[in-house]
Amino acid sequence: MNRSAIDLWVGVFVAIGLGALLFLALKVGNLASFSTAQTYQVEARFSNIGGLKVRAPVKSAGVVVGRVAEIRFDNESYEAVAVLTVDSSYKFPRDTSAKILTSGLLGEQYIGLEAGADARMLKDAERMRITQSAVVLENLISQFFFNKAAEGGDAKGAK
Amino acid sequence: MLVALRTALTRLGAAVTAGVWRLGYGARFFGYLILHSGTAFRRFRLTMREIYFGGVLSLIIILVSGLFVGMVLALQGYETLQRYGASEALGVLVALSLVRELGPVVAGLLFASRAGSAITAEIGLMKATEQLSAMEMMAVDPVARVVAPRFWGGVISMPLLAALFSAMGIFGGYLVGVVLIGVDEGAFWSQMQAAVDVRNDILNGVIKSVVFGFAVTLIAVFEGYDAPPTAEGVSGATTRTVVTSSLAILALDFVLTALMFTGGA
Repeated sequence: MNRSAIDLWVGVFVAIGLGALLFLALKVGNLASFSTAQTYQVEARFSNIGGLKVRAPVKSAGVVVGRVAEIRFDNESYEAVAVLTVDSSYKFPRDTSAKILTSGLLGEQYIGLEAGADARMLKDAERMRITQSAVVLENLISQFFFNKAAEGGDAKGAK
Repeated sequence: MLVALRTALTRLGAAVTAGVWRLGYGARFFGYLILHSGTAFRRFRLTMREIYFGGVLSLIIILVSGLFVGMVLALQGYETLQRYGASEALGVLVALSLVRELGPVVAGLLFASRAGSAITAEIGLMKATEQLSAMEMMAVDPVARVVAPRFWGGVISMPLLAALFSAMGIFGGYLVGVVLIGVDEGAFWSQMQAAVDVRNDILNGVIKSVVFGFAVTLIAVFEGYDAPPTAEGVSGATTRTVVTSSLAILALDFVLTALMFTGGA
Protein backbone atom coordinates (compact mmCIF):
# COMPACT_ATOMS: atom_id res chain seq x y z
CA MET A 1 0.00 0.00 0.00
CA ASN A 2 1.77 3.16 -1.09
CA ARG A 3 1.28 6.56 0.36
CA SER A 4 -1.14 8.08 -2.13
CA ALA A 5 -3.46 5.10 -1.82
CA ILE A 6 -3.49 5.61 1.96
CA ASP A 7 -4.36 9.26 1.45
CA LEU A 8 -7.23 8.26 -0.80
CA TRP A 9 -8.63 5.79 1.71
CA VAL A 10 -8.27 8.22 4.61
CA GLY A 11 -10.04 10.81 2.48
CA VAL A 12 -12.87 8.39 1.77
CA PHE A 13 -13.07 7.46 5.46
CA VAL A 14 -13.22 11.05 6.66
CA ALA A 15 -15.76 11.92 3.97
CA ILE A 16 -18.17 9.13 4.83
CA GLY A 17 -17.62 9.77 8.55
CA LEU A 18 -18.61 13.40 8.12
CA GLY A 19 -21.43 12.23 5.86
CA ALA A 20 -22.72 10.03 8.67
CA LEU A 21 -22.60 12.99 11.07
CA LEU A 22 -24.49 15.11 8.56
CA PHE A 23 -27.05 12.32 8.14
CA LEU A 24 -27.51 12.18 11.91
CA ALA A 25 -27.90 15.95 12.16
CA LEU A 26 -30.22 16.43 9.19
CA LYS A 27 -32.24 13.26 8.77
CA VAL A 28 -32.32 11.99 12.35
CA GLY A 29 -32.10 15.18 14.39
CA ASN A 30 -33.84 17.40 11.85
CA LEU A 31 -31.45 20.33 12.04
CA ALA A 32 -33.58 22.03 9.38
CA SER A 33 -36.30 22.74 11.94
CA PHE A 34 -33.67 23.91 14.40
CA SER A 35 -34.56 27.39 13.39
CA THR A 36 -32.81 30.57 14.34
CA ALA A 37 -35.93 32.44 13.35
CA GLN A 38 -37.13 35.51 15.21
CA THR A 39 -39.17 34.76 18.29
CA TYR A 40 -41.05 36.68 20.94
CA GLN A 41 -41.73 35.70 24.52
CA VAL A 42 -45.00 35.76 26.36
CA GLU A 43 -45.77 34.85 29.93
CA ALA A 44 -48.60 32.70 31.21
CA ARG A 45 -49.46 32.09 34.85
CA PHE A 46 -50.94 28.82 36.02
CA SER A 47 -52.08 27.73 39.46
CA ASN A 48 -50.72 24.27 38.65
CA ILE A 49 -48.53 23.21 35.76
CA GLY A 50 -48.68 19.48 36.45
CA GLY A 51 -45.83 17.72 34.63
CA LEU A 52 -45.02 20.49 32.16
CA LYS A 53 -41.32 20.70 31.39
CA VAL A 54 -38.98 23.22 29.85
CA ARG A 55 -38.74 22.75 26.05
CA ALA A 56 -42.25 21.29 25.92
CA PRO A 57 -44.05 22.29 22.71
CA VAL A 58 -46.51 25.15 22.49
CA LYS A 59 -49.22 24.22 20.01
CA SER A 60 -52.12 26.01 18.49
CA ALA A 61 -54.68 23.93 16.59
CA GLY A 62 -52.17 21.10 16.89
CA VAL A 63 -49.36 22.93 15.10
CA VAL A 64 -46.16 23.58 17.03
CA VAL A 65 -45.74 27.36 17.20
CA GLY A 66 -43.15 27.60 19.96
CA ARG A 67 -41.57 26.08 23.03
CA VAL A 68 -41.67 26.55 26.77
CA ALA A 69 -38.52 28.53 27.52
CA GLU A 70 -38.62 28.80 31.27
CA ILE A 71 -40.73 27.72 34.24
CA ARG A 72 -40.46 29.46 37.57
CA PHE A 73 -42.44 29.97 40.74
CA ASP A 74 -43.77 33.39 41.65
CA ASN A 75 -43.38 33.79 45.37
CA GLU A 76 -45.92 36.62 45.61
CA SER A 77 -48.95 35.18 43.89
CA TYR A 78 -47.90 31.56 44.56
CA GLU A 79 -48.40 30.72 40.93
CA ALA A 80 -46.25 29.00 38.35
CA VAL A 81 -44.98 31.29 35.62
CA ALA A 82 -44.27 29.71 32.24
CA VAL A 83 -42.37 31.78 29.69
CA LEU A 84 -43.26 30.73 26.15
CA THR A 85 -41.08 31.42 23.13
CA VAL A 86 -43.30 31.80 20.11
CA ASP A 87 -42.13 32.06 16.51
CA SER A 88 -42.57 35.63 15.27
CA SER A 89 -44.36 34.46 12.15
CA TYR A 90 -47.29 33.44 14.35
CA LYS A 91 -49.30 36.31 15.85
CA PHE A 92 -51.97 35.78 18.47
CA PRO A 93 -54.67 38.15 19.77
CA ARG A 94 -54.25 39.54 23.27
CA ASP A 95 -57.10 37.51 24.72
CA THR A 96 -55.61 34.20 23.58
CA SER A 97 -56.04 31.51 26.22
CA ALA A 98 -53.38 29.01 27.26
CA LYS A 99 -54.23 25.53 28.46
CA ILE A 100 -51.99 22.77 29.71
CA LEU A 101 -52.96 19.66 27.79
CA THR A 102 -51.69 16.10 27.51
CA SER A 103 -50.97 14.45 24.20
CA GLY A 104 -52.65 11.08 24.28
CA LEU A 105 -53.52 9.26 27.44
CA LEU A 106 -50.00 8.96 28.84
CA GLY A 107 -48.16 11.37 26.59
CA GLU A 108 -46.13 14.43 27.43
CA GLN A 109 -47.77 17.67 28.48
CA TYR A 110 -47.81 20.70 26.24
CA ILE A 111 -49.39 24.13 26.14
CA GLY A 112 -52.32 24.63 23.82
CA LEU A 113 -53.13 28.16 22.66
CA GLU A 114 -56.62 29.07 21.63
CA ALA A 115 -56.83 32.31 19.73
CA GLY A 116 -59.21 34.97 21.03
CA ALA A 117 -60.93 37.78 19.14
CA ASP A 118 -59.09 40.89 20.30
CA ALA A 119 -57.89 43.21 17.56
CA ARG A 120 -54.59 43.86 19.33
CA MET A 121 -51.91 41.21 19.05
CA LEU A 122 -49.70 39.84 21.83
CA LYS A 123 -46.33 41.53 21.97
CA ASP A 124 -42.99 40.54 23.43
CA ALA A 125 -42.97 40.18 27.26
CA GLU A 126 -46.73 40.47 27.57
CA ARG A 127 -48.82 38.20 29.72
CA MET A 128 -51.66 35.93 28.70
CA ARG A 129 -54.61 36.54 31.04
CA ILE A 130 -56.76 33.50 30.43
CA THR A 131 -55.14 30.25 31.47
CA GLN A 132 -56.26 26.82 32.45
CA SER A 133 -54.11 24.64 34.66
CA ALA A 134 -53.14 21.05 34.20
CA VAL A 135 -55.65 18.42 35.20
CA VAL A 136 -54.42 16.69 38.33
CA LEU A 137 -55.69 13.14 38.58
CA GLU A 138 -55.90 13.14 42.39
CA ASN A 139 -58.14 16.23 42.37
CA LEU A 140 -60.42 14.63 39.81
CA ILE A 141 -60.72 11.48 41.90
CA SER A 142 -61.39 13.34 45.14
CA GLN A 143 -64.00 15.46 43.36
CA PHE A 144 -65.63 12.29 42.11
CA PHE A 145 -65.71 10.85 45.63
CA PHE A 146 -67.18 14.06 47.07
CA ASN A 147 -69.92 13.98 44.49
CA LYS A 148 -70.64 10.32 45.21
CA ALA A 149 -70.72 11.00 48.95
CA ALA A 150 -73.09 13.94 48.41
CA GLU A 151 -75.37 11.77 46.28
CA GLY A 152 -75.34 9.05 48.95
CA GLY A 153 -76.24 11.63 51.62
CA ASP A 154 -79.14 12.97 49.54
CA ALA A 155 -80.45 9.48 48.93
CA LYS A 156 -80.48 8.76 52.69
CA GLY A 157 -82.13 12.07 53.50
CA ALA A 158 -84.90 11.35 50.97
CA LYS A 159 -85.72 8.01 52.54
CA MET B 1 0.43 -17.82 59.81
CA LEU B 2 2.01 -14.52 60.70
CA VAL B 3 4.47 -14.85 57.85
CA ALA B 4 1.65 -15.59 55.38
CA LEU B 5 -0.23 -12.53 56.61
CA ARG B 6 2.88 -10.41 56.28
CA THR B 7 3.55 -11.54 52.72
CA ALA B 8 -0.09 -10.91 51.80
CA LEU B 9 0.09 -7.40 53.22
CA THR B 10 3.40 -6.75 51.51
CA ARG B 11 1.96 -7.88 48.20
CA LEU B 12 -1.10 -5.67 48.63
CA GLY B 13 1.05 -2.70 49.46
CA ALA B 14 3.33 -3.36 46.51
CA ALA B 15 0.35 -3.63 44.17
CA VAL B 16 -1.09 -0.34 45.42
CA THR B 17 2.25 1.44 45.14
CA ALA B 18 2.78 0.05 41.64
CA GLY B 19 -0.71 1.17 40.64
CA VAL B 20 -0.17 4.70 41.91
CA TRP B 21 3.25 4.80 40.31
CA ARG B 22 1.80 3.78 36.96
CA LEU B 23 -0.97 6.34 37.31
CA GLY B 24 1.55 9.10 37.93
CA TYR B 25 3.79 7.88 35.11
CA GLY B 26 0.75 7.72 32.82
CA ALA B 27 -0.23 11.30 33.66
CA ARG B 28 3.33 12.50 33.05
CA PHE B 29 3.41 10.53 29.80
CA PHE B 30 0.13 12.17 28.71
CA GLY B 31 1.50 15.63 29.40
CA TYR B 32 4.74 14.84 27.54
CA LEU B 33 2.74 13.39 24.65
CA ILE B 34 0.58 16.51 24.33
CA LEU B 35 3.62 18.78 24.46
CA HIS B 36 5.46 16.75 21.82
CA SER B 37 2.63 16.13 19.40
CA GLY B 38 3.69 18.98 17.11
CA THR B 39 5.31 16.45 14.77
CA ALA B 40 2.04 14.59 14.39
CA PHE B 41 0.52 17.70 12.81
CA ARG B 42 3.57 19.10 11.06
CA ARG B 43 4.17 15.78 9.33
CA PHE B 44 0.51 14.93 8.96
CA ARG B 45 1.36 12.01 6.67
CA LEU B 46 2.40 10.05 9.77
CA THR B 47 -0.97 10.65 11.42
CA MET B 48 -2.72 9.92 8.12
CA ARG B 49 -1.11 6.47 8.06
CA GLU B 50 -2.42 5.79 11.57
CA ILE B 51 -5.92 6.98 10.64
CA TYR B 52 -5.70 4.43 7.83
CA PHE B 53 -4.70 1.58 10.16
CA GLY B 54 -6.93 2.55 13.06
CA GLY B 55 -9.93 4.01 11.27
CA VAL B 56 -10.20 2.79 7.70
CA LEU B 57 -9.38 -0.82 8.52
CA SER B 58 -11.91 -0.77 11.40
CA LEU B 59 -14.65 0.31 8.99
CA ILE B 60 -15.86 -3.17 8.10
CA ILE B 61 -16.35 -4.35 11.67
CA ILE B 62 -17.93 -1.03 12.72
CA LEU B 63 -20.36 -0.90 9.80
CA VAL B 64 -21.40 -4.54 10.05
CA SER B 65 -21.85 -4.46 13.82
CA GLY B 66 -23.73 -1.17 13.59
CA LEU B 67 -26.10 -2.64 11.02
CA PHE B 68 -26.80 -5.72 13.11
CA VAL B 69 -27.14 -3.82 16.40
CA GLY B 70 -29.70 -1.54 14.73
CA MET B 71 -31.57 -4.50 13.27
CA VAL B 72 -31.71 -6.31 16.60
CA LEU B 73 -32.82 -3.12 18.38
CA ALA B 74 -35.67 -2.73 15.90
CA LEU B 75 -36.77 -6.37 16.27
CA GLN B 76 -36.67 -6.32 20.06
CA GLY B 77 -38.10 -2.82 20.35
CA TYR B 78 -40.98 -3.68 18.04
CA GLU B 79 -41.92 -6.69 20.18
CA THR B 80 -42.32 -4.51 23.26
CA LEU B 81 -43.72 -1.38 21.64
CA GLN B 82 -46.48 -3.09 19.68
CA ARG B 83 -47.94 -4.42 22.94
CA TYR B 84 -48.75 -0.83 23.85
CA GLY B 85 -49.80 0.07 20.33
CA ALA B 86 -46.82 2.38 19.99
CA SER B 87 -44.93 0.66 17.19
CA GLU B 88 -44.57 4.02 15.38
CA ALA B 89 -42.21 5.08 18.15
CA LEU B 90 -39.73 2.46 16.92
CA GLY B 91 -37.67 5.09 15.11
CA VAL B 92 -37.35 7.12 18.30
CA LEU B 93 -36.26 4.08 20.29
CA VAL B 94 -33.64 3.00 17.74
CA ALA B 95 -32.29 6.50 17.10
CA LEU B 96 -32.08 7.65 20.71
CA SER B 97 -30.49 4.48 22.04
CA LEU B 98 -27.94 4.48 19.23
CA VAL B 99 -27.07 8.16 19.20
CA ARG B 100 -26.93 8.59 22.96
CA GLU B 101 -25.44 5.31 24.17
CA LEU B 102 -24.81 2.39 21.89
CA GLY B 103 -23.08 4.28 19.09
CA PRO B 104 -20.26 5.77 21.15
CA VAL B 105 -19.98 2.86 23.61
CA VAL B 106 -20.06 -0.13 21.27
CA ALA B 107 -17.95 1.65 18.65
CA GLY B 108 -15.50 2.50 21.46
CA LEU B 109 -15.34 -1.10 22.66
CA LEU B 110 -14.83 -2.37 19.11
CA PHE B 111 -12.23 0.31 18.47
CA ALA B 112 -10.39 -0.65 21.67
CA SER B 113 -10.21 -4.30 20.71
CA ARG B 114 -9.60 -3.78 17.00
CA ALA B 115 -7.26 -0.77 16.92
CA GLY B 116 -6.17 -0.21 20.53
CA SER B 117 -4.71 -3.69 20.90
CA ALA B 118 -2.88 -3.32 17.59
CA ILE B 119 -1.36 0.00 18.70
CA THR B 120 -0.17 -1.52 21.99
CA ALA B 121 1.28 -4.59 20.29
CA GLU B 122 3.07 -2.49 17.68
CA ILE B 123 4.62 -0.03 20.12
CA GLY B 124 5.43 -2.82 22.58
CA LEU B 125 7.20 -4.83 19.89
CA MET B 126 9.10 -1.76 18.71
CA LYS B 127 10.26 -1.36 22.27
CA ALA B 128 11.11 -5.06 22.67
CA THR B 129 13.13 -5.06 19.44
CA GLU B 130 14.87 -1.87 20.62
CA GLN B 131 13.64 0.22 17.70
CA LEU B 132 12.61 2.94 20.14
CA SER B 133 16.10 2.99 21.69
CA ALA B 134 17.58 3.14 18.20
CA MET B 135 15.48 6.21 17.46
CA GLU B 136 16.66 7.86 20.64
CA MET B 137 20.25 7.13 19.52
CA MET B 138 19.52 9.01 16.30
CA ALA B 139 18.14 11.92 18.36
CA VAL B 140 14.60 11.18 17.17
CA ASP B 141 12.10 11.42 19.98
CA PRO B 142 10.09 8.19 19.84
CA VAL B 143 7.15 9.83 21.60
CA ALA B 144 6.94 12.50 18.90
CA ARG B 145 7.70 10.16 15.99
CA VAL B 146 5.88 6.94 16.98
CA VAL B 147 3.44 7.59 19.83
CA ALA B 148 1.90 10.97 18.98
CA PRO B 149 0.76 10.12 15.40
CA ARG B 150 -0.90 6.94 16.69
CA PHE B 151 -2.57 8.87 19.49
CA TRP B 152 -3.97 11.62 17.27
CA GLY B 153 -4.90 9.14 14.56
CA GLY B 154 -7.07 7.30 17.08
CA VAL B 155 -8.55 10.50 18.50
CA ILE B 156 -9.55 11.64 15.01
CA SER B 157 -10.90 8.24 13.92
CA MET B 158 -13.03 7.46 16.94
CA PRO B 159 -15.83 10.11 16.58
CA LEU B 160 -16.13 9.34 12.86
CA LEU B 161 -16.43 5.62 13.57
CA ALA B 162 -19.06 6.24 16.26
CA ALA B 163 -21.09 8.44 13.90
CA LEU B 164 -20.87 5.77 11.20
CA PHE B 165 -21.95 3.13 13.70
CA SER B 166 -25.02 5.17 14.71
CA ALA B 167 -25.95 6.00 11.13
CA MET B 168 -25.55 2.39 10.07
CA GLY B 169 -27.59 1.23 13.08
CA ILE B 170 -30.43 3.60 12.23
CA PHE B 171 -30.32 2.31 8.67
CA GLY B 172 -30.51 -1.26 10.05
CA GLY B 173 -33.44 -0.27 12.23
CA TYR B 174 -35.12 1.22 9.18
CA LEU B 175 -34.53 -1.98 7.20
CA VAL B 176 -36.09 -4.21 9.83
CA GLY B 177 -38.75 -1.80 11.11
CA VAL B 178 -40.04 -0.31 7.87
CA VAL B 179 -39.02 -2.71 5.11
CA LEU B 180 -39.40 -6.02 6.94
CA ILE B 181 -42.07 -5.46 9.61
CA GLY B 182 -43.94 -2.69 7.88
CA VAL B 183 -44.01 0.16 10.38
CA ASP B 184 -45.24 3.30 8.65
CA GLU B 185 -42.25 5.02 7.06
CA GLY B 186 -43.46 8.59 7.59
CA ALA B 187 -44.15 7.99 11.28
CA PHE B 188 -40.78 6.24 11.69
CA TRP B 189 -38.81 9.27 10.46
CA SER B 190 -41.02 12.09 11.68
CA GLN B 191 -41.30 10.80 15.25
CA MET B 192 -37.55 10.27 15.24
CA GLN B 193 -36.96 13.81 14.04
CA ALA B 194 -39.35 15.22 16.61
CA ALA B 195 -37.69 13.36 19.49
CA VAL B 196 -33.99 13.60 18.64
CA ASP B 197 -32.47 16.95 19.54
CA VAL B 198 -29.37 18.03 17.64
CA ARG B 199 -27.64 19.64 20.61
CA ASN B 200 -28.84 17.46 23.48
CA ASP B 201 -28.63 14.08 21.79
CA ILE B 202 -26.37 14.14 18.76
CA LEU B 203 -23.79 16.62 20.01
CA ASN B 204 -23.61 14.86 23.38
CA GLY B 205 -23.07 11.56 21.57
CA VAL B 206 -20.23 13.10 19.60
CA ILE B 207 -18.68 14.51 22.79
CA LYS B 208 -18.86 11.04 24.32
CA SER B 209 -17.12 9.47 21.36
CA VAL B 210 -14.36 12.12 21.45
CA VAL B 211 -13.77 11.43 25.15
CA PHE B 212 -13.69 7.68 24.50
CA GLY B 213 -11.26 8.24 21.64
CA PHE B 214 -8.88 10.09 23.97
CA ALA B 215 -9.22 7.46 26.71
CA VAL B 216 -8.81 4.39 24.50
CA THR B 217 -5.85 5.61 22.47
CA LEU B 218 -4.10 7.07 25.51
CA ILE B 219 -4.39 3.73 27.32
CA ALA B 220 -3.26 1.89 24.18
CA VAL B 221 -0.14 3.97 23.54
CA PHE B 222 0.74 4.09 27.24
CA GLU B 223 0.46 0.32 27.71
CA GLY B 224 2.61 -0.19 24.60
CA TYR B 225 5.22 2.33 25.69
CA ASP B 226 5.29 0.93 29.22
CA ALA B 227 5.26 -2.76 28.23
CA PRO B 228 8.07 -4.95 29.56
CA PRO B 229 10.30 -5.58 26.52
CA THR B 230 9.63 -9.30 26.32
CA ALA B 231 7.21 -11.45 24.34
CA GLU B 232 5.26 -12.14 27.52
CA GLY B 233 5.29 -8.48 28.50
CA VAL B 234 3.88 -7.36 25.13
CA SER B 235 1.11 -9.95 25.21
CA GLY B 236 0.22 -8.93 28.78
CA ALA B 237 0.18 -5.26 27.79
CA THR B 238 -2.13 -6.00 24.84
CA THR B 239 -4.56 -7.81 27.11
CA ARG B 240 -4.41 -4.99 29.65
CA THR B 241 -5.17 -2.43 26.93
CA VAL B 242 -8.39 -4.17 25.97
CA VAL B 243 -9.50 -4.75 29.56
CA THR B 244 -8.55 -1.32 30.90
CA SER B 245 -9.95 0.65 27.99
CA SER B 246 -13.22 -1.30 28.01
CA LEU B 247 -13.63 -0.58 31.70
CA ALA B 248 -12.63 3.04 31.15
CA ILE B 249 -15.25 3.42 28.40
CA LEU B 250 -18.01 2.00 30.58
CA ALA B 251 -17.04 4.04 33.64
CA LEU B 252 -16.63 7.26 31.63
CA ASP B 253 -19.95 6.57 29.91
CA PHE B 254 -21.69 6.44 33.26
CA VAL B 255 -20.10 9.70 34.39
CA LEU B 256 -20.85 11.48 31.10
CA THR B 257 -24.43 10.22 30.99
CA ALA B 258 -24.98 11.38 34.55
CA LEU B 259 -23.62 14.82 33.60
CA MET B 260 -25.42 15.16 30.28
CA PHE B 261 -28.83 13.57 30.51
CA THR B 262 -30.03 13.90 34.09
CA GLY B 263 -30.05 17.68 34.46
CA GLY B 264 -32.67 19.98 32.98
CA ALA B 265 -35.42 17.84 31.49
